[in-house]
Amino acid sequence: MATKKPRIGVFKFASCDGCQLSLLDCEDELLAIADAVEIGYFLEATRKPLTGEFDIALVEGSISTPEQIEQIHDIRNRSRMLVTIGACATAGGIQALRNFADVREFLSAVYASPEYIDTLKTSTPIADHVRVDFELRGCPVSKHHLVELISATLAGRRPNIPRHSVCIDCKRLGLTCLPVAYGIPCLGPITQSGCGVICPSYHRGCYGCFGPAHRTNVQGLVRAYQSAGVPEETLDLLLHTFNAWAPGFRESTRSVPEELLSRSTGPGGSGER
Amino acid sequence: MAGTVYVLPKERFQELLDRLKADGYQVVGPVLRDGAIVYDDLHSVDQIPRGWVDQQEPGRYQLVHDRSQRWFTFTPGPLSLKRFLFPPSLSLFRVRRNGDGVQLQVTMPEPPRYAFVGVRACDLAAVAVQDRVYIDRQGLFSDGYYAAARRKALFIAVECQSYAATCFCSSMGTGPEVNHTADVVLLELEDRFVAQPRSERGAAVLTPLALEQATDEELQRAKHYVRQAAADMERQVDLTDIRDLLLRNLENPRWDQVATRCIACANCTMVCPTCFCFSFQEVTDLTGNEAERRRVVDSCFNPEFSYAFGVEVRQSVASRYRQWLTHKFATWYDQFGVSGCVGCGRCITWCPAGIDVTEELSAIRASDGSRKEQL
Ligand code: SF4
Ligand code: SF4
Ligand code: SF4
Ligand code: SF4
Repeated sequence: MATKKPRIGVFKFASCDGCQLSLLDCEDELLAIADAVEIGYFLEATRKPLTGEFDIALVEGSISTPEQIEQIHDIRNRSRMLVTIGACATAGGIQALRNFADVREFLSAVYASPEYIDTLKTSTPIADHVRVDFELRGCPVSKHHLVELISATLAGRRPNIPRHSVCIDCKRLGLTCLPVAYGIPCLGPITQSGCGVICPSYHRGCYGCFGPAHRTNVQGLVRAYQSAGVPEETLDLLLHTFNAWAPGFRESTRSVPEELLSRSTGPGGSGER
Repeated sequence: MAGTVYVLPKERFQELLDRLKADGYQVVGPVLRDGAIVYDDLHSVDQIPRGWVDQQEPGRYQLVHDRSQRWFTFTPGPLSLKRFLFPPSLSLFRVRRNGDGVQLQVTMPEPPRYAFVGVRACDLAAVAVQDRVYIDRQGLFSDGYYAAARRKALFIAVECQSYAATCFCSSMGTGPEVNHTADVVLLELEDRFVAQPRSERGAAVLTPLALEQATDEELQRAKHYVRQAAADMERQVDLTDIRDLLLRNLENPRWDQVATRCIACANCTMVCPTCFCFSFQEVTDLTGNEAERRRVVDSCFNPEFSYAFGVEVRQSVASRYRQWLTHKFATWYDQFGVSGCVGCGRCITWCPAGIDVTEELSAIRASDGSRKEQL
């Protein structure tokens, strides 16, 4: 084992902080993590200013403003290994819905004085801007994945984080398949596993928090659900959430009709799918 | 094993279950759970989904109640016996750093002593296939857990007198009559079962119940329903020359066609009672002082499963579908001397895209020899 503890930084871009909080949520392992690494920058946990270099940078959030582009390059330059955490960082997040529409219209709908807002037309994943060494998917990320990432990095091995479908884990748990037995549309077949199959365990279709599974066939599922009679709007909404801009998902839907978009994302929106 | 055939009145079925329990078995049988009939702990006859009928078709499963007095009017749901004999996730051992060395602790549990009740011909044919995979007759390379679970297990089968639209055991020669593995075979009549012991272990279970002997008429009548089911079963696979047919059609354009529909989700392999792929997961703790090795079931549809020498060998969905179908129906014969498919139809029902192996095989046969355009 290296004698010097690796220095870790946790950084935030356009995001809700939920993924960073998953790190604090690692209650059982938190002390061991604090023991094994040096926390160099982590505003949710310490007030240390941003200085020096990092062995591991955990980056949450997407790039949605001009100054964030500069910041992410700065962090990349300071870091040996850069890991994106969560759907915002890996796919642009829910805020990437703007990529399908005109952001100025959103601004005038939401803000009283939209002229004060300096924002990009798009919300894009970190990997569109700098080299990324590893990504942890999810909205939020799995705390087990965070611990595994850190353990693996400390041990100098590849993290044990599968990229296959949710279905594999769903079947390992012995759950009854929702689309087959109930006609409930579920994104499990095209979604990367890792959440612990939460939604199907509660009799809800997977809605794709972990983004597309590795080498999947999104169109195949879309067509299967279409021919099973799932309405277009339902499919569009299913694919238009946290990972809407992920390659694979983003080509697979028509752009969402304006009314539905405002219904699912507006302040106090119902979040209906 | 020809020999005495008994009558088990339905009202005494509970006695059989109690007997098994008293003998130290963990009894597993069909129960209704979460919208499907699955194998799980069976304590009482009241748990048997009597009179339920499963309507199965490609990508669709639905239960309806029929008014008959019959108990076993359903066929198996998504879960097979594989789950019990080869658990989906199993801890094998842990290692700990200990000074300059390491300390090894075996964590693989001792399997329970299962009695599987109400299992079908296809389930048992699948166990016979998995025996060839996991149990080495020379005893050198057997899978420890599977072999131990298998050695202790007792199988009380029921012969199917009805079948689902996805069943095709009769054309695979695996059912609905039970030819494999069973210790007792039950045949259903209105108010009773005809019970045939097929092994000493099976006879030992029935003897203490002091059952009356069945008449030949009872046996023949019960058998008649089974033969009728076999004769009526519409779904079929033409096995003529099947191995060579598939292996000479590796470039058939059908693989690309099915790949537009196949999602590579792996549900087919997960529900298939003979599929045996697994992988190991090594987990270390944060201090790096302790590691655990687990075994999990895996699938040839998982692209990372074919990772070797730094690349994923089967990247396209077409190559993964082709691997699955040609393994089941062709190279399995080379490897294990039998077909890898027992015709249970699970992969057809539980495929969210409704892809049907029997249809894919027919399509290959119909287009035998066609090749995709070379680029
Ligand atoms: S319920 Fe969803 S995740 Fe589970 S097997 Fe079915 S499609 Fe896959
Ligand atoms: S054949 Fe069906 S169940 Fe199997 S991987 Fe393809 S889509 Fe999934
Ligand atoms: S390939 Fe399909 S039909 Fe054949 S044994 Fe497997 S699940 Fe059953
Ligand atoms: S495949 Fe044959 S043995 Fe299996 S459930 Fe269907 S009819 Fe019964």
